[in-house]
Amino acid sequence: MTYLDHAATTPMLPEAIAAMTEALSTVGNASALHSSGRRARRMVEEARETIADALGARPSEVIFTGGGTESDNLAVKGIYWARHDEQERRRRILCGAAEHHAVLDTVEWLEAHCGAEITLLDVDSQGRVSPDVLRAAIASDPETVALATVMWANNEVGTINPIAELAAVCAEFDIPLHTDAVQAVGAVPVDFAASGAAALTLTGHKLGGPFGVGALLLGRDVTCVPLLHGGGQERSVRSGTLDVPAIVAFAAAVRTSVATRAEYAKRVEELRDGLIEIIRREVPDAVLNGGEGERLPSHAHFTFPGCAGDSLLMLLDAKGIECSTGSACTAGVAQPSHVLLAMGADPAAARGSLRFSLGHTSTAVDIEAVAAEIGGVVTRARQAGLAGMRKQIQKQEV
Amino acid sequence: MRVLAAMSGGVDSAVAAARAVDAGHDVVGVHLALSAKPGTLRTGSRGCCTIEDSHDARRAADILGIPFYIWDFAERFTEEVVETFVGEYAAGRTPNPCVTCNEKIKFEALLEKAMALGFDAVATGHYARLSVVDGVPELRRSADSGKDQSYVLASLTAEQLSHAMFPLGDSWKTDVRAEAEQRGLSVANKPDSHDICFIPDGDTKKFLENRLGQRPGELVDAETGAVLGRHTGVHGFTVGQRKGLGIDAPAPDGRPRYVLSLEPVSGSVKVGSAAGLGVKVIEADRAIWPSGRPLTEPTECVVQVRAHGGIVDAVADVDSDTMTVHLREPLRGVAPGQVVVLYRPDAEGGDIVLGSAKISGTH
Repeated sequence: MTYLDHAATTPMLPEAIAAMTEALSTVGNASALHSSGRRARRMVEEARETIADALGARPSEVIFTGGGTESDNLAVKGIYWARHDEQERRRRILCGAAEHHAVLDTVEWLEAHCGAEITLLDVDSQGRVSPDVLRAAIASDPETVALATVMWANNEVGTINPIAELAAVCAEFDIPLHTDAVQAVGAVPVDFAASGAAALTLTGHKLGGPFGVGALLLGRDVTCVPLLHGGGQERSVRSGTLDVPAIVAFAAAVRTSVATRAEYAKRVEELRDGLIEIIRREVPDAVLNGGEGERLPSHAHFTFPGCAGDSLLMLLDAKGIECSTGSACTAGVAQPSHVLLAMGADPAAARGSLRFSLGHTSTAVDIEAVAAEIGGVVTRARQAGLAGMRKQIQKQEV
Repeated sequence: MRVLAAMSGGVDSAVAAARAVDAGHDVVGVHLALSAKPGTLRTGSRGCCTIEDSHDARRAADILGIPFYIWDFAERFTEEVVETFVGEYAAGRTPNPCVTCNEKIKFEALLEKAMALGFDAVATGHYARLSVVDGVPELRRSADSGKDQSYVLASLTAEQLSHAMFPLGDSWKTDVRAEAEQRGLSVANKPDSHDICFIPDGDTKKFLENRLGQRPGELVDAETGAVLGRHTGVHGFTVGQRKGLGIDAPAPDGRPRYVLSLEPVSGSVKVGSAAGLGVKVIEADRAIWPSGRPLTEPTECVVQVRAHGGIVDAVADVDSDTMTVHLREPLRGVAPGQVVVLYRPDAEGGDIVLGSAKISGTH
């Protein structure tokens, strides 16, 4: 099996599996006062310190959550509500056009239900938000901005946003910046304090930890209205009994992935660049998306003109090569990627795209497997064309 | 063979896929997403085309242990089936969208894609018997006459049929359900789908009015030419329709009135007594020969003029692409736009489909 979908989820690191396995056999609610409870609490607090230390945050700034989607929801809704409560005129949310749906759909929900106004920040042809675009969006009416949210690294094409520069622009106007760093942690240097962000999302299963656990790094001076009410855990920002084994494993994965990041990034980037070279050789008209400037070491995102993404995916799957067409809705229907559309691609081209994403288990053998199959697969997919589209569109493509 | 099993999420296509697996084929399941508005049409299970149906199809594929994918054909379906459906009604004809879907989506767009991707055939859960005799496909009615779907497959060409598989043709529906149960398929007790899949509430008139707006016209007595009332568009009527004509006054003779014909250009709907509904001669065009062998001389046959019922002995007189069908007995409610299918009776192995054509006129 050639697994090239690490951006969707990556296998757990041995360190995380060991930590989780050990913790699973212990008892203790971290909120309990007896010795089992205290032991559980100690494991959680050590995990919190580990994560804070790895990411340039204070331990009190680490809020454990159920994963990336929850962290994004908590940051965007919680900060919006808090800022809007402070001053009613603050109702604008500045949001990158290529954000993950966990952010985009949350922002749209706030627009539909809480009177928020969305100002989409245009991305360039590589998928980046420039500080100038952000500044212009703020400057049109700085007093009305509740928050800005721009991802650290794009999950589809892998380009990296200049978060520190964007945060500096926000700081001039005292506007909190949230960043979804789910793809960035463990892949590129991430320092919460140095970044200037007010809130930062990360999740376990993208960096070698378990599913169902993540964190929001939330600056101490940032007010955030909770989504979940109850026992008052996590500074009352996120109630709910702490999942001790998952948190311990998550921390082990963060520690390991951050400690080995430089070496990992170098190795994976070399493999990834080899993959890009091979695809360009085998399919000369393939278009690399998000290939310019600073980017993740792991992503290679291509458009294959005249092909449907689902054809490519099925043919590669049949050859034992697993990758992704980008974003999928709950029914599993491949939608034209909103990221590519925001980057200026036309909808038909956006449907003919594949994301290969490498990770800590990737080897040269994986790249050789793609090299052996990609040419034939693209030829075949091209014959099948864009069968699901209107005939008119299919003719334009030819 | 490499077989693509089209899986709607219903019991029939799940068992068809299972039988293709049992027959030793290399099977991949594909669910077609056909709805252009996921939020509206893909809510709740209707036997095809909703999110729940795609989920059911996926679970069936899991149990069969075959790969499964969802392919988005919504745009092509809208263009080929929905827009054709609306256009036909606007032109005063009564289309059968399931015929169009088989002809243009399942056995054209899907089949072509499947062939290009290296598949040899597309298998579906239709009830019809298909065999190849001397290299010629032979399409027959299914063993379960109550479920027979040869009518909606009769517009497929020999080329299309040569890459089709209907594994349920020899089976009775009750046996198929029992088999699904025995195979552990959760869809075993799922109700059959009935209505038009893209009109979930079954209100065709409202659907058409949303698309076409109101096109007012007159209800005219076919015999006297007297104007009996007004209506909001010919698309609200079908030849043979009795209910919902919106005429206040009863007929002078007290007998019920029926829609006899639709004239989209003038907007007239002609109504009259049941006697005026009887059709003796059908004119039809766009002839299709599923066996690849066109009829060349007047042929005794049995014809069927709608998906359920409307079966009568006839003689078909074919002139290349068009035909005149002389019915042995008058048939009521024969609507232009529907398909006339010609069968050669065969009580033993199932009536054989000789050909089909689209009804253009009646008298």
